[in-house]
Amino acid sequence: MRPLAPLALVNGRLIGPEGEPRSGALRCEGDRIVALGEDVRARDGDRVIDAKGALIAPGLVDLGVFAIDKPALHFGGITRAALMPDQSVVLDKPSAVRFAAQSGKPDLWVHPLAAATKDLGGTDLAELALMRDAGARAVATGRRWIGDSGTMHRLLSYCAMLDLVVVTHAEDAGLAGQAVATAGEMATRLGLPSAPAEAEALAIARDLQLAELTGARLHFRQVTTARGLDLVRAAKARGVHVTAGVTPAHFMLSDVSIGDFRTFTRLSPPLRSETDRQAVRAAIADGTIDVIASGHDPRGPEDKRLPFTDAEPGMAGAETLLPLTLALVRDGVIDLARAFALLAGNPARLLCVDAGVLAVGAQADVAVIDADKPWIVDSDKMAASAGNTPFDKQGVQGRVLALFKGGVPVG
Amino acid sequence: MTSPEPSPSGRYPAGSAAFPHRDLTGLAGLAPWEILFLLDEAEQWVELNRQPQKRVDRLAGLTIINAFFENSTRTLLSFEIAGKRLGADVVNMQVAQSSVKKGETLIDTAMTLNAMHADAMVIRHQSSGAVRLIAEKVDCPVLNAGDGQHEHPTQGLLDALTIRKAKGDFGGLTVTICGDILHSRVARSNIHALTTLGADVRVCAPPALMPADIEAMKVAAFHDFDAALKGADVVMMLRLQQERMSGQFIPSPREYRHLYGLTMDRLSLAKGDALVMHPGPMNRGVEIDSNVADLAGRSAITTQVEMGVAIRMACLDVLTRRSRKVEGWA
Repeated sequence: MRPLAPLALVNGRLIGPEGEPRSGALRCEGDRIVALGEDVRARDGDRVIDAKGALIAPGLVDLGVFAIDKPALHFGGITRAALMPDQSVVLDKPSAVRFAAQSGKPDLWVHPLAAATKDLGGTDLAELALMRDAGARAVATGRRWIGDSGTMHRLLSYCAMLDLVVVTHAEDAGLAGQAVATAGEMATRLGLPSAPAEAEALAIARDLQLAELTGARLHFRQVTTARGLDLVRAAKARGVHVTAGVTPAHFMLSDVSIGDFRTFTRLSPPLRSETDRQAVRAAIADGTIDVIASGHDPRGPEDKRLPFTDAEPGMAGAETLLPLTLALVRDGVIDLARAFALLAGNPARLLCVDAGVLAVGAQADVAVIDADKPWIVDSDKMAASAGNTPFDKQGVQGRVLALFKGGVPVG
Repeated sequence: MTSPEPSPSGRYPAGSAAFPHRDLTGLAGLAPWEILFLLDEAEQWVELNRQPQKRVDRLAGLTIINAFFENSTRTLLSFEIAGKRLGADVVNMQVAQSSVKKGETLIDTAMTLNAMHADAMVIRHQSSGAVRLIAEKVDCPVLNAGDGQHEHPTQGLLDALTIRKAKGDFGGLTVTICGDILHSRVARSNIHALTTLGADVRVCAPPALMPADIEAMKVAAFHDFDAALKGADVVMMLRLQQERMSGQFIPSPREYRHLYGLTMDRLSLAKGDALVMHPGPMNRGVEIDSNVADLAGRSAITTQVEMGVAIRMACLDVLTRRSRKVEGWA
């Protein structure tokens, strides 16, 4: 295959590490960015793409998807995705990790998260070092919390030695039980099994203590409650190696949305109170939350066209990740630079991959984005393999116009 | 039987405006006059059911499917009798005999029933919201016979009718509901009906069986049964499921009785003429003592069963008026 001519994205607004985007251009040769800035010009023989004033941003690094659903991920501007270990073949062996790591190439790089325990059972440690060397970028407990404190302690100390970040699900399993909603007026009215929102803070409190004890790096994939965020904030202040993520569902929606038993709003953790939703927005603004991820989990009718309690949790989130994060920019919660730190820079750093920022020498994973372009989310017309979005029929703004993985156009 | 006339009392509008809903999936959000309309409609059936000749042909030729995905004897029987007394062809489908056990989804089952051109479906299911889900998919009126811990609207209506028969009006009445509020669809439907009709509702349960933020449903919450009983006009006891009495929620049945059993002594805390109710089946000697349950002139437990058939006849009649092209409803 003949190498592609160098790529020049001109007349755009470049997303930097901070501040407002600067007008300029970006050049790539091979799979690398070789120049970017105001004074960069296209050269003869370049493939020139006129961004017409659109944003030139790093491709998104999605820390936590449950399916390698390329059309949806590419629609959302995602060039790298961390794959949760909860697959039909659990990512608990080096062979499974190696296979997953190759499964998206060349136009989507998949970073497998190794299952912390065998079969995600929560008791016996999986072969974490072998999986690391097979390409796992982090370790994850999957959809569930590890209930046994001794196991979690051993996991964190082992991962501290291996220098692998542990991505965990923060919900005390005993308190959460079979809950499908957060305890409160809405769950009471609907008669849905519910658990107090404190189930999250309980899990976080224990895991923070163990992370502090072992020196491990800990990432809570989703922190969705005021009390949970307070604990993370305080732990960060005393130097614990902790980071926190969230998906747009928990800063856009509250449990009012489950009111008509719509299973597309059945999520894990469940939607919270309005007070908690506001706390998530504040935590995104003040830096307590480091990552916004899609949690992409396409689910067909066989999982969703069921009574609320019987439906599987999860949402197809890849396509709405970017526009809903940009809504935070429009609302003045964060600026554009921070939006892309949350969507790309921070998750890349967490996974220790050389991506997520526009820089000379970096992989040319680049998205051209019209941040204002309006469109309507429609569950019947999604790129995803299933249309289970809680944002169905909602108007959003922000659309990827072009996407490049390693300098090669995608899609 | 004559076709419905505007209420002589003028409490609700004429024709279908009195109950403009295709389905009855819950009592939440119903207007007071909509509930009163159904109660008034039931009165004629209370009378009919007391006659030796109990059958009319109002729903003749109509097919009513009672699809019960959760075990039931009493409610199923009540709906079956209601349909048959109105002259409808009633078929019962119970989960033990159904293909749900073979892996067919709920929606598929509903669509299958729908294709058989039922004129109304009565559905009970163990999951909250399941009946509404089915109602969205089928073409005929759907009547909720209990969905999970969400609602059991005909129970709420029959209890309201029972109370009205004994007490006349709802304004100023204090109704104490005691038991497993958390898991009770009966409690929820009663709360909706009684608060909508103007009664003061108290709910009483140990903390583990009390739902969060229940006060948002315009009720007063009590853990102390004696306090909850003081001055009550109606005492409604809920059944406590056996599996919740074995340590998980309640240490033991006798400990539950110690704190929450309705004894003669406790009943004396309520008003002298307080009505005793229970949706059945009862755990005698646990949530209610036998001498209270059988107290002549005070216990309305068998009246509740009687009102149940009448209410269900009223609901089946009203919900099928559109398809029967009844004047003012077509």
